[in-house]
Amino acid sequence: MCVALPGKVIEVYEKDALVDFSGNRVRAVSGLVPIAVGDYVLVHAGCILQKLSVGEAQDMIKLFEELEEV
Amino acid sequence: MTDISHKITQIKEWLAAYDGPDISIMEVCGSHTAAISKYGISGLLSEKLHLISGPGCPVCVTPTGYIDRLIELSMESDTTIVTFGDLIRVPGRKNSLAEVKGEGARVEMVYSPMDILSLAKANPKNQYVFAAVGFETTTPVYAMLLEQLISEHITNVKLLTALKTMPEVIGWLCEHTEEIDGFLAPGHVAAVTGSDLFIPLCEKYRVPFCVAGFSAEELLLAVYGIFKAVVDDREKGLKPEVKNYYPSVVTARGNETAAGLVNRYFESCDAVWRGIGTISGSGRKLRKEFEQFDAGSDLPMEDHKKNQACRCDQILMGKALPGDCPLFGTVCTPMNPQGACMVSEEGSCHQYLMYHRTR
Repeated sequence: MCVALPGKVIEVYEKDALVDFSGNRVRAVSGLVPIAVGDYVLVHAGCILQKLSVGEAQDMIKLFEELEEV
Repeated sequence: MTDISHKITQIKEWLAAYDGPDISIMEVCGSHTAAISKYGISGLLSEKLHLISGPGCPVCVTPTGYIDRLIELSMESDTTIVTFGDLIRVPGRKNSLAEVKGEGARVEMVYSPMDILSLAKANPKNQYVFAAVGFETTTPVYAMLLEQLISEHITNVKLLTALKTMPEVIGWLCEHTEEIDGFLAPGHVAAVTGSDLFIPLCEKYRVPFCVAGFSAEELLLAVYGIFKAVVDDREKGLKPEVKNYYPSVVTARGNETAAGLVNRYFESCDAVWRGIGTISGSGRKLRKEFEQFDAGSDLPMEDHKKNQACRCDQILMGKALPGDCPLFGTVCTPMNPQGACMVSEEGSCHQYLMYHRTR
């Protein structure tokens, strides 16, 4: 139930935003985090919960690199 | 081979080859249980490494008394229950909402709690009750709904709350079970609360936590990270830590706007967990000043098994695997669930059955 998906903000309205999930576009309520067109956001139960930090891929690479020799 | 795929290969080799003392890690979140099944991660582990599912699927931990109360309300002539899809088939003491729908109960399924706004506006004489279950991830959505209800002066919507919070149930598990050596911490709870939420638990119970994401790579990394943290603790005496392996979404302090909004509308309360009983301070209810939006959530919630042989309670505490239940896959199936863990797609029993998991 805590399923939340990352999507890209396409348009921003007064109280919600249009978010694209690989071509599937839904309106999600905004207001919990500042957003702009082009941001990647986490949507849960029709509500934008968090903005994804830029360079997610870099974060993952960094995390893997930080692992000491396995 | 890129650096990451090389590391992944190394991680898989380490997880398969581990031959030290047994280690059991609990993934608390139901979405993690589902992703672990989907990506076959438990199949990568040596026989000494164990992943056990915890009480982090809100549908699975909702007591039968809550379902019975929803059914009661749904039978009132002017009331419609509005709910997420997976709650509709959860058995109460006798029936589920889906079963009573054929007897005249009014139940609507929605994708988002916000969908109740258009229903309520279209039918102002009807009362709508949202079945407000969920953990820290979902509570901000209910707070946003309350903001809308107040600003639009909508008076025919109420919440029946069975909201839960993670730290108290994790603390309860640490005190009541000896099987858990570390926790894979719920990523989307942490997206709201921040990873710091788990620091007091880590320090008090001296167990490591790794906040995990939900992709195959993110999960594999965090699974390795948590097993390795237990090994390091045992072998080198390193102090357990809370590590964040989901930094694209999770920060140390989380979404403070969401936390503030939740605190405006909700306060802490004791909560009943299916199969476990009451855990002090493990829930949230509407504050007194917003009680006009409450559909009677404060009434005592009982918890009775529909089928006495059901072992959901033991499974939710990590004390039994789904396959240990005599009903699993025979009497209890997704089409005819006897316990909540078989209903939700994030329930342990549902996952173990769908993916033929034995461990």
